[in-house]
Amino acid sequence: MIIAIFACSFLFPKHNKFGGAYLLSKHLIDLVGIQKEFDGEPVLKGIDLYIRDREFITLLGPSGCGKTTTLRIIGGFETPTAGDVLFEGTRMNDVPPYKREINTVFQRYALFPHLNVEENVAFGLHIRKMDKQSIQKKVDEMLELVGLRGFGRRDVTSLSGGQQQRVAIARALVMEPRVLLLDEPLGALDLKLRKEMQIELKRIQQSTGITFIYVTHDQEEALTMSDTIVVMNHGRIQQIGTPTDIYNEPNNAFVADFIGESNIIDGVMLDDLRVAFCGREFECVDKGFGKNTPVDVVIRPEDVKVVFPGDGMLTGVVESIVFKGVHYEMMIRTEHFTFMVHSTQAEEVGKTVGLNVIPFDIHIMHKQKAEEEAAN
Amino acid sequence: MKKWFAYPYGVWMIVFIVAPILLVVGYAFTDKSGAFTLANFGSVAAYAGIFGRSFLLAAVSTAVCLLMGYPLAYIMSRSGPRLQSIYMTLIMLPMWMNFLLRTYAWMSILENKGFINTFLQKIGFIDLLNRTLVPAMGWEALEYIPLINNSFAVVLGMVYNFLPFMVLPIYTVLIKLDPKIIEAAQDLGAPQSIVFRRVIFPLSLPGVISGITMVFVPAVSTFVISKMLGGGKEMMIGDLIELQFMGNAYNPQIGSAIALVMMLLIFACMAIMNRFDDGRGEEGGLML
Repeated sequence: MIIAIFACSFLFPKHNKFGGAYLLSKHLIDLVGIQKEFDGEPVLKGIDLYIRDREFITLLGPSGCGKTTTLRIIGGFETPTAGDVLFEGTRMNDVPPYKREINTVFQRYALFPHLNVEENVAFGLHIRKMDKQSIQKKVDEMLELVGLRGFGRRDVTSLSGGQQQRVAIARALVMEPRVLLLDEPLGALDLKLRKEMQIELKRIQQSTGITFIYVTHDQEEALTMSDTIVVMNHGRIQQIGTPTDIYNEPNNAFVADFIGESNIIDGVMLDDLRVAFCGREFECVDKGFGKNTPVDVVIRPEDVKVVFPGDGMLTGVVESIVFKGVHYEMMIRTEHFTFMVHSTQAEEVGKTVGLNVIPFDIHIMHKQKAEEEAAN
Repeated sequence: MKKWFAYPYGVWMIVFIVAPILLVVGYAFTDKSGAFTLANFGSVAAYAGIFGRSFLLAAVSTAVCLLMGYPLAYIMSRSGPRLQSIYMTLIMLPMWMNFLLRTYAWMSILENKGFINTFLQKIGFIDLLNRTLVPAMGWEALEYIPLINNSFAVVLGMVYNFLPFMVLPIYTVLIKLDPKIIEAAQDLGAPQSIVFRRVIFPLSLPGVISGITMVFVPAVSTFVISKMLGGGKEMMIGDLIELQFMGNAYNPQIGSAIALVMMLLIFACMAIMNRFDDGRGEEGGLML
């Protein structure tokens, strides 16, 4: 086992995920050095990524980060300018979409408006020249699975957004693809429906065992559903990991900021386990940054504890307070930095308070390289 | 908008559309003395041949327009914005010239001593025919190829004049087609031919139907084209009606009856056409 893990980390040093499941499931899709330009404008600047069989993987990032382009390259709707797309080890850069064992749930559904629900779902099966009875049986099963039993004869244009979404999912799933691509499928739905569909999608993924590649800019959606999250920005992968990894151990300030809220403070790593920011020295748990290295210090708002003035490492004044449902969000101004703090305890605006952070919650990150900085 | 803003057009419609139709109906059901009769419609039956030819020529022209216009509209809709505007200008350009002038131009091109025949003589093509095909078929020696004063010329003239009315509505529908829908079809395993047959064409049907309507209706009732390019031999309904009103055979009663029958037949054709469109396609076709 140890040897296997070692071999694994040796083969894939970049994105290491330990655990039994990881060792058992094989790579289904490999993206190797994928670059894509549109009219000379680079959109993807070297994507290396593998996707394991049966996993739910999410490409997450702000709009324009290249996540949809990556998805379209996997689907065959775009050809990479450089690099290879491998499906079970076979290069498939030039294989047209209709020959891939991949199906897509499009943003805004792209249902066939001239066909009814049943005909939409059966579209791909007809092309496979399956006999009528089997088609009907599979279509019925699929409508059952997505909760649209009895809707077969309805016009797709008469359905609500959520129902259209389900038809789109059924239409893709009925093909029994190895991989299902989902391009911001819940973007057009309202919050409540979106939450329901998130759970539903996860359930469908688990019951069918199909690999889902999901694109979204909604970090919460990514955290809820994914086995693996790939955070992207400016055509590059920023971090790959499980939702917990990504949230708790962000690689850099971008990821920390994008996944949840963060206080990002300029600091200097004095030595292993010692960092200076906000005009004083703190103990931390990170090492290996060298001596006197400028770093980004990331502290989650919920990790900042409000204490009596004098009891804290830092002292600040409460500038504003907003009730967020479960917690209050406060902006607390200290001498060098204004912290965002989440607390269930409300403080009065204008009050002087102390702030504490435990070493474990101080995350140290390399400063983004100058080149990337320029791109931002 | 105040309601009375619509009055001028209302008055216009009553004076120039409703009243003439009522007049036509009135004439059609009366005899020369003004008494009610159905005899006029009996006379119409005598012209069944002309009706038949008119509908046939119009149908052929419409079919040719569709076969030429659809691919053009399709290619246009898939081109870049610059190319699209070039295509569009080329299609619209002839329409900036008067319809009669364009048809006259065709006369001088198609005439026995016209542009095409002169050209074919010059390159020796007609001689070649006289030496090969003509003796083989046992025909008389040709001086020129008969390009005018026949059905071919009439169909050509109609196709030339009405082609834009086929291309534009189809193009309008195709351009609005969501490319994601085409991608979805490819995604579900459809190669190009099936994508076209099962998705693009059905979704463009409203455009096709308005195109057919906009070509067929004027084609079936045209009289200038058949007169100028058909040489009077190829009489169509339009010519027949004109003859009843303008010619020596002055007979507005029968002329009105013919016009009325033609209108009803066109309505029937359109009703049949519209049944092909079940109303679920993309909006955007110009419906009559």
